[in-house]
Amino acid sequence: MALSYLRSSSSRSANLLKPLSSGLSLRSPISTDTTPITVETSVPFTSHRCDAPSRSVETNPKELLTFFRDMALMRRMEIAADSLYKAKLIRGFCHLYDGQEAFAVGMEAAITKKDCIITAYRDHCTFMGRGGTLLEVFAELMGRQAGCSKGKGGSMHFYKKDSNFYGGHGIVGAQVPLGCGLAFAQKYSKDETVTFAMYGDGAANQGQLFEALNISALWDLPAILVCENNHYGMGTAEWRAAKSPAYYKRGDYVPGLKVDGMDALAVKQACKFAKEHALKSGPIILEMDTYRYHGHSMSDPGSTYRTRDEISGVRQERDPIERIRKLILSHDLASEKELKDIEKEVRKEVDDAITRAKESPMPEPSKLFTNVYAKGLGVESFGADRKEVRATLP
Amino acid sequence: MSLKFFAHFLFIFQVYISVFLLIIHLQFHFFEIAFLFYFFAGAKPMAAIFQGVGAAATLSSSPSNSFDSNNSVFSPLTSFSVRRGASFAVVRSDGILNLNPKGRRAQQLISNAVATKADSAASSSSSKPGHELLLFEALQEGLEEEMDRDPRVCVMGEDVGHYGGSYKVTKGLAEKFGDLRVLDTPIAENSFTGMGIGAAMTGLRPVVEGMNMGFLLLAFNQISNNCGMLHYTSGGQFTIPIVIRGPGGVGRQLGAEHSQRLESYFQSIPGIQMVACSTPYNAKGLMKAAIRSENPVILFEHVLLYNLKERIPDEDYICNLEEAEMVRPGEHVTILTYSRMRYHVMQAAKTLVNKGYDPEVIDIRSLKPFDLYTIGNSVKKTHRVLIVEECMRTGGIGASLTAAITENFNDYLDAPIMCLSSQDVPTPYAGTLEEVTVVQPAQIVTAVEQLCQ
Repeated sequence: MALSYLRSSSSRSANLLKPLSSGLSLRSPISTDTTPITVETSVPFTSHRCDAPSRSVETNPKELLTFFRDMALMRRMEIAADSLYKAKLIRGFCHLYDGQEAFAVGMEAAITKKDCIITAYRDHCTFMGRGGTLLEVFAELMGRQAGCSKGKGGSMHFYKKDSNFYGGHGIVGAQVPLGCGLAFAQKYSKDETVTFAMYGDGAANQGQLFEALNISALWDLPAILVCENNHYGMGTAEWRAAKSPAYYKRGDYVPGLKVDGMDALAVKQACKFAKEHALKSGPIILEMDTYRYHGHSMSDPGSTYRTRDEISGVRQERDPIERIRKLILSHDLASEKELKDIEKEVRKEVDDAITRAKESPMPEPSKLFTNVYAKGLGVESFGADRKEVRATLP
Repeated sequence: MSLKFFAHFLFIFQVYISVFLLIIHLQFHFFEIAFLFYFFAGAKPMAAIFQGVGAAATLSSSPSNSFDSNNSVFSPLTSFSVRRGASFAVVRSDGILNLNPKGRRAQQLISNAVATKADSAASSSSSKPGHELLLFEALQEGLEEEMDRDPRVCVMGEDVGHYGGSYKVTKGLAEKFGDLRVLDTPIAENSFTGMGIGAAMTGLRPVVEGMNMGFLLLAFNQISNNCGMLHYTSGGQFTIPIVIRGPGGVGRQLGAEHSQRLESYFQSIPGIQMVACSTPYNAKGLMKAAIRSENPVILFEHVLLYNLKERIPDEDYICNLEEAEMVRPGEHVTILTYSRMRYHVMQAAKTLVNKGYDPEVIDIRSLKPFDLYTIGNSVKKTHRVLIVEECMRTGGIGASLTAAITENFNDYLDAPIMCLSSQDVPTPYAGTLEEVTVVQPAQIVTAVEQLCQ
C-alpha cells in the first residue's frame, strides 16, 4: 500500500519555510488551534445496505495533535505492560492493543461521554480513551488497591461507570448482548445516546451476537456493533474461522460499513455516521480493518500463525501513529522535535504512573468479601479452612 | 353444600367442647385435643388450629398460611381459622423468632378457640379480610404494583406481552404498560438475558422471564459471569438489580428436559440471591422484594403451584428475601422444605400428627443464602432434621443445606441429617415412573419415623 495518498488542501511549499518557522517558534503550542483542515481517508468506505459517508474528514490541528498524544500514550502504556508482564508483576492474562489504537481515539472524537462503550478483554486503551488514568490502569493490572476495579477485576475487567465505559469482559461475545441491553436502556430512557458494542473477528462467529442483533433490529435499538477485525482470532486466521469474512455484511438485514481501522480520521468519520444512523434507524455494524502487533495475549508469541514480515510490513505501511505523524508534519502543525518531545513526555508519564502504581498496596484480606452483594446481608462467608476464618459479608 | 355448613357447625361445636374440657383439665394434653378434633371434623381444621396457634404465638415473624388449596371445599373453613391473625404485618424479619414453650401455646389455644373470626391477639383487628386469588394472579399483582410504583421496571421474556404469558403471570400488563415495558423477545435466552443484565447495569430494573427454568441453561454464562460477578469485578461500580424468574420443577409428565430443577445448578454462583415461592402470599411478597432488591435475584416458581388459591391481604406487603417461613411449629423433628415439596410435607404432617409425632415444618424460601438463623433455632429445639426437596440427590440444595447445618449445628443434632431428594435420573415421561422420581408423602412419614426412633 502506497504511503503518499494524503492529499491535503494546504500548500506543500511550506517545506521551504519549515526551518525558518521552527526557529522562530511561530506556531502556537499544541492544543489550541482549531482551524479546520480537511483530509481524505486513505481507503474508501465499503458499505452494505447503506450509503457510505464521504471520504473527506474535517479535523483541526488540536484534534490531530490530541490524537497523536493519546495514541503515543496508549502505545507506550501497552509496551510498558509488556515489560511488566515479563517481570511477573502482571499475572494471568494480558491482552495488548498496540496497533489498534486508532480505533480507540477515533471513536472518542466522534462521540460524547454519555454514549456507552462496551468491549471485550482487550480493553486497556479503550478505558484510557474514556478518561481512565494511567495509575488506575497499572494498579489494576498489578492487582493493587488503586486500580479501577480495586484490584479485584484484573486486565479483563476495567470499568468506568461515570464515563459510561461498561468493560471489560472475559467471555468472548458475551458483551454483545450486554451492549444491546445498554442500547435498550438508552432507548427506554430516551437519552438520544448510542452504545458501541465492540467485539473481535473471533467473536463474530458467536450465536449470541446474531441473537442480540436480531432483537436490536426488531426493537430499533441505538446499538452500533463494531467488529475490530485484526484478522486473527487468537491463533486462527479469519479465513479459517469464518466462511464469510466480510463481517460488515454478516448482519444481513442490518446495514454495515467497512472502515480502515488504522486511520483515526476514517474511524472518526465512520463513528459519527454510525451514531447518526443508529439514532434514526436502528443498529448498524462497523467493521474496522485493523491489526495487532503483539500476539493474542502475552502467552502468545504472535509469530507462529503469521510471519514476522507481515507484522513489520503492516508496521511500516499502516501504523496509525506514523500516519498521524506524517499528517501533522505535512500540514506543519508541529515539528519533528516537538513530536519527539511529546513522545518523551508520554514515556515519562507512563514510568511515573508505574512507580506510583507499584507503591499502591495490595487489597486488604477483608476486601475479599466486599462487593459480593450490593447491600449488606449479614451473610457469613467461610475462609479457606472452613473452621476459623469467617467474615460477614458487608 | 349443606355438608360444608354442617362441618362448620360441628367444628364450632367441638371447639367449644374442647374449651370446656381444657378448663376442667389443669394439664394441657395436646394429643387428647388432637384426637377430639380429628375424630369430629377431620384433620384439616385441626391443622388449621395448630397453625393458627403457631401463628398467633409467633407474632413478629412470618405468617403460616399454607393449606392444601386443592381441597376447595374447606377453603371457607381455612379463612375461618385464626392463622391470619399474624398475617398482616409487613414481614421484615428483625431476626426474632418466638418459639414458645407448650404452656404459652396452650393459653393461646384457649383464646383462639373462643374467637370466631380473625379477631385474635395483636395486629389483626385493624385489617380487612383481604382478597382471594390464585398464585399466578398473586405474582401478576406483585409485578403490576411494582411496575406502577417504579417506571424503571420492565419485563422481558418469550410471549409475555401480547400473549399474556405462558402461565398468565404477565396477563394484561402489555395492554396497560405498552410494548416498551413489556417486551416480547424472540427465542434467544442467552442474548435477552444478557440484554436484561446490560440494561440493569445502567439502572433499569428488568424482570426476565424464562418460559421454563430449564431454558435458562442457555443463558448460564450470562447469569453466572455477568449477572453474578459484575458487581464484584467492577469493584462495586455496577449493581445488577435484575430479577430472573420462571417456573421449574417436575410437572405432570412434561418430560425430562422440561422438568429441571435449576436451583442446584445456580446455587454456587457468587453474587446472586435465590428464592423459591410456594404460596400466593409469599409469591407476591417475594416478587415485590426481588424487584426492589439491588442484588440480582432468581425467583423459582413451580409449574404445579400456579393454581393454588389463597386469601392475601389487600395492603402493600413484601416478604423478606433472606428469611425462612415457619409453616408449622413442632417439637420432635425439623422438616426443611421449599416449593412444591412443602405440600407433600404438610400432607405427611397430617399423618404424622395422627401417629403422635409433632413435626416442625419450615419452608426455607431463601435458597441462597440459607436462613441459618431460623433453621438453627429449630435444630436447637428439636435436634433432628429431615430435608425434603425436589432437587436431585447429587449436588442439590439439600446437599448444601446438610453441609451447612452439620458445620454449624453439629453439636445440637441427635441423629444424622436425613435428606429426601428426587432420584438422580432424568424425569421419565410415564406417570408411574415420574411419581417415583419425586419424594412422596409416604416416604416422608417413614423417614420421620426412622429419624425419631
